[in-house]
Amino acid sequence: MSEVIVITSGKGGVGKTTTTANLGVGLAMRGKKVALVDTDTGLRNLDLLLGLERRIVYTLVDVVQKRVNYGQALVRHKKYTNLFLLPTSQVADKTAIEPHDMLSIIDAMRSEFDYILVDCPAGIEQGFQTAVIGADKAIVVTMPEIAAVRDADKIIGKLQSEDKPIRLVVNRIRPEMVKDGTMLDMTSIDDILSVECIGQIPDDKKVVDSANRGIPVVEWKDSPAGSAYRDVVGRVLGEDIPFKPFETEGFFARLKHVFGH
Amino acid sequence: MLDALKKLFGSSSYKSSEVAHQRLKFVLLNDRANISPEIMENIKNDIIKVISHYMEIDKNLMEISLENDADSVALVANIPVSSMKHHIHKR
Repeated sequence: MSEVIVITSGKGGVGKTTTTANLGVGLAMRGKKVALVDTDTGLRNLDLLLGLERRIVYTLVDVVQKRVNYGQALVRHKKYTNLFLLPTSQVADKTAIEPHDMLSIIDAMRSEFDYILVDCPAGIEQGFQTAVIGADKAIVVTMPEIAAVRDADKIIGKLQSEDKPIRLVVNRIRPEMVKDGTMLDMTSIDDILSVECIGQIPDDKKVVDSANRGIPVVEWKDSPAGSAYRDVVGRVLGEDIPFKPFETEGFFARLKHVFGH
Repeated sequence: MLDALKKLFGSSSYKSSEVAHQRLKFVLLNDRANISPEIMENIKNDIIKVISHYMEIDKNLMEISLENDADSVALVANIPVSSMKHHIHKR
């Protein structure tokens, strides 16, 4: 039985694509057959984060325009052969894919995959409607910043009016700022959004490093964000995983930096 | 003493995360108050149902709206009463 999850946020730059890539690789690492669908037509990046940018031949737009079927547009991941990317076009715009086109493609794909993750563009216009239409549930990604939380609330309102179950991922948490009261904490975010949280991802330099390399951080053993994403994957799979307290940099860690190790 | 000094120099003694929380609570109250005419109609009908237990009201002249001002959102209802029902005195 397949599950279709849209990853959305409202605001741009909060980590939708990063979250999609990490969940996709993470679920594939757990043996699931996964398709990642990029719907950010004109501004595609999921291919880059997965290291698949040079292997794209056909796109979602070719599928919509019936030049090829979706199977011909799928790009198989090199390392995780049960992970596939359905890329979108970098030259077309959001009007190239109508919501009903998307719905029929997703429905056709359902029988073949355990999980289909749809990476939604920023905004609440047609691109959002297209990304959301075929989804069984939604993951809303936000950051502990006032503008990102407000936009998340708007998106949550829209998803609730379509009766989609919603889970929250809070990205780029800086534990040292939360500790000294200069960043919104999880209690405040829960109070405001009232959505079940399945991910608290610490800000981690390795996320940039991993994007540079096209290898999502969920594979990286020494990355706090990667470890948090592995927990998100477990929760998506229905496991009961408690949230671990963040390690703020203590005296000894700082000492290690000073002495270079 | 520190608080007094902070006040003197105009800086807030609240942490910025608390300021953000309060500002979000307010701004979302306004954002969410932008509700559809259908929902407003439902609220109106429910209010009529409740009030009609106690008094006769003029449904056609009833007005209900959400009003925003600088720091609050209010549900304002203007409900003309045509007569009181007797049985409420017996309760």
